[in-house]
Amino acid sequence: MRAVTWHGRHDVRVDSVPDPEIVNPRDCIIKITSTAICGSDLHLYDGYIPGMRAGDILGHENMGEVVEVGAKSTLKKGQRVVIPFTISCGSCFFCSKQQFSACDNSNPAETADPSEIAYGHSMGGAFGYAHLTGGYAGGQAEYLRVPYSDVGPIVIPDGLEDDKVLFLSDILPTGWQAAVNCDIEPGDTVAVWGCGPVGLFAIQSAFVLGAHRVIAIDHFPRRLQLAKSMGAEILNYEEVDVRDALNEMTGGIGPDACIDAVGMESHGMSVDNIADTIKAHTYLGTDRPHALRQVILACRKGGRVSIPGVYGGMADKFPIGALMEKGLTVKSGQTHVQKFGRKLLEMIGEGKLDTTFLISHRSSLEDAPDMYRHWHDEQNDYTKIVLKPDMAKGDIKTTKELADVDA
Amino acid sequence: MAGAKSGSGNDLTTGQRVAIGAGAAAAVAGAALLFTRKSGGPSDDKRISDAPSWTLRDTPTGDKGALIGRSVTINLPRREVYDRWRDFTRFPDFMDNVRSVEKLGDRRSRWTIEAPAGKTVELVTEIIHDVPGERIAWKSVEGSEIITAGQAMFSDAPPGRGTVVQLVMTYAPPAGAIGKLVAKLFQREPAIQARRDLRRFKQLLETGEVTVNASPSARKSESPTEARI
Ligand SMILES: [Zn+2]
Ligand SMILES: [Zn+2]
Repeated sequence: MRAVTWHGRHDVRVDSVPDPEIVNPRDCIIKITSTAICGSDLHLYDGYIPGMRAGDILGHENMGEVVEVGAKSTLKKGQRVVIPFTISCGSCFFCSKQQFSACDNSNPAETADPSEIAYGHSMGGAFGYAHLTGGYAGGQAEYLRVPYSDVGPIVIPDGLEDDKVLFLSDILPTGWQAAVNCDIEPGDTVAVWGCGPVGLFAIQSAFVLGAHRVIAIDHFPRRLQLAKSMGAEILNYEEVDVRDALNEMTGGIGPDACIDAVGMESHGMSVDNIADTIKAHTYLGTDRPHALRQVILACRKGGRVSIPGVYGGMADKFPIGALMEKGLTVKSGQTHVQKFGRKLLEMIGEGKLDTTFLISHRSSLEDAPDMYRHWHDEQNDYTKIVLKPDMAKGDIKTTKELADVDA
Repeated sequence: MAGAKSGSGNDLTTGQRVAIGAGAAAAVAGAALLFTRKSGGPSDDKRISDAPSWTLRDTPTGDKGALIGRSVTINLPRREVYDRWRDFTRFPDFMDNVRSVEKLGDRRSRWTIEAPAGKTVELVTEIIHDVPGERIAWKSVEGSEIITAGQAMFSDAPPGRGTVVQLVMTYAPPAGAIGKLVAKLFQREPAIQARRDLRRFKQLLETGEVTVNASPSARKSESPTEARI
């Protein structure tokens, strides 16, 4: 089959590789119909995630049609399913507490050691995201092997097209969990750093969960416009001093809850960020937590900090004093996708969540290397890219073109 | 080591002292110390920590042996976990280097272990202590190519969390050329081997299968049906 493979920093190719096969009784194989490029794929693209090996297949936002099932899979051939990016066994201590992304069994014994050493405990498994999370192939390919297929996949009813449900695999539940982790109370102002896909879904979710106001922070005008279209007030950090602006907009109190939807690759030209960039590129430090620093300093006393943004290693100059003295609560973690999937699917069906507004481009698998480059270099115009294996090479559809066709 | 009361494997200690020859003396003496350290009874030991003995900073290891300890929680009742462990013939399902385990009567088993360079090593173990649902201790019999002793202990995890399995083992490789190979195999990272084996045991019991990342890649050296390491 054809598959999008990682070969090094800024080197993504399309290779012919063997088809996946059923290996364990609970497995299934799906034929991919849609697979998205994620913001966290950029961390791989930039070489920030340790444990990638040349030849790894990318892609953790996947959906498709079931084409093969193991003896213990509960799925049937022909079903359309969305695959959570987190691989979870459904029966360990963590899965039984619905902390699915912490699954104790999904990271194979052979790959569990590095994260146990680095983080104290081994991470759960995930598709297409380096050997730290199990070394599983991703779904930016024609076919994907899905372990524990009786637990993860969300069966999609007829009539809901791919684009509406694809993001149940990661960014929608990730944005939702980010807002849930804010423990939103009536009257709350929620500030969201980063208006990428996760940030945009966090904004939408915060409103659904009862936020009084949402203030969104970024510097790409197109992404800020999308945030505004979701009902958020917006701040371009190149125009305003963000902390000052947030205090003035909240009567001097500060936001009640703050979401860091940026993660380890913060943009921004502050002195601390430049120092972090130099360190990251010389392997002295791994993460650039500029957004997180700002989140902690901006959050009101006794407020909540939610971190859906991905971090991988160590951070320098972490404002632990502000965190402790202001009495902040921090919630974080990879998303417990299986916990939210079915509820969110219902909300999509009822029209309570808009999931397609952020897709800017659709293309074939063969165009993936170009798409990665655009995604990396042109974040203002490329807000979300969906790859469809049945599209022809070069047949790139932008949302504007699709809108013209519909009109 | 006087005063050990319960659950800490004195029988293993005695068994080892009687059964094992000079080659592994250092390792086994270390093991004896470890198995009895956390005794709860009066002792002249000044250490006050309640943690298992194998977490001590000055864990004794002989230069001819390696001693390891590892705990894992398995979300199943204690008796069920014990029963699965007691069936040694199923060890190859989750132990990486073990090719087969053959029953030689109720207490003895013959192990065939894969060594580097396509060689195998044979080992006969004898169960020297067996309390159903609580613990199983074993040691290699005289004449085995590897001298080893071990104990698996089973206890209730906090309510609703299943069973804690604690595995403590010591190895001493044989002499000679094959001994060098085996030493390489077991002493390189015996603790890593043990934690991987225990992890697979947990996977098998909790999920019904051993988790494997087998999947395609663009690396010609790999097959999509074999684990990628
Ligand atoms: Zn993602
Ligand atoms: Zn699990």
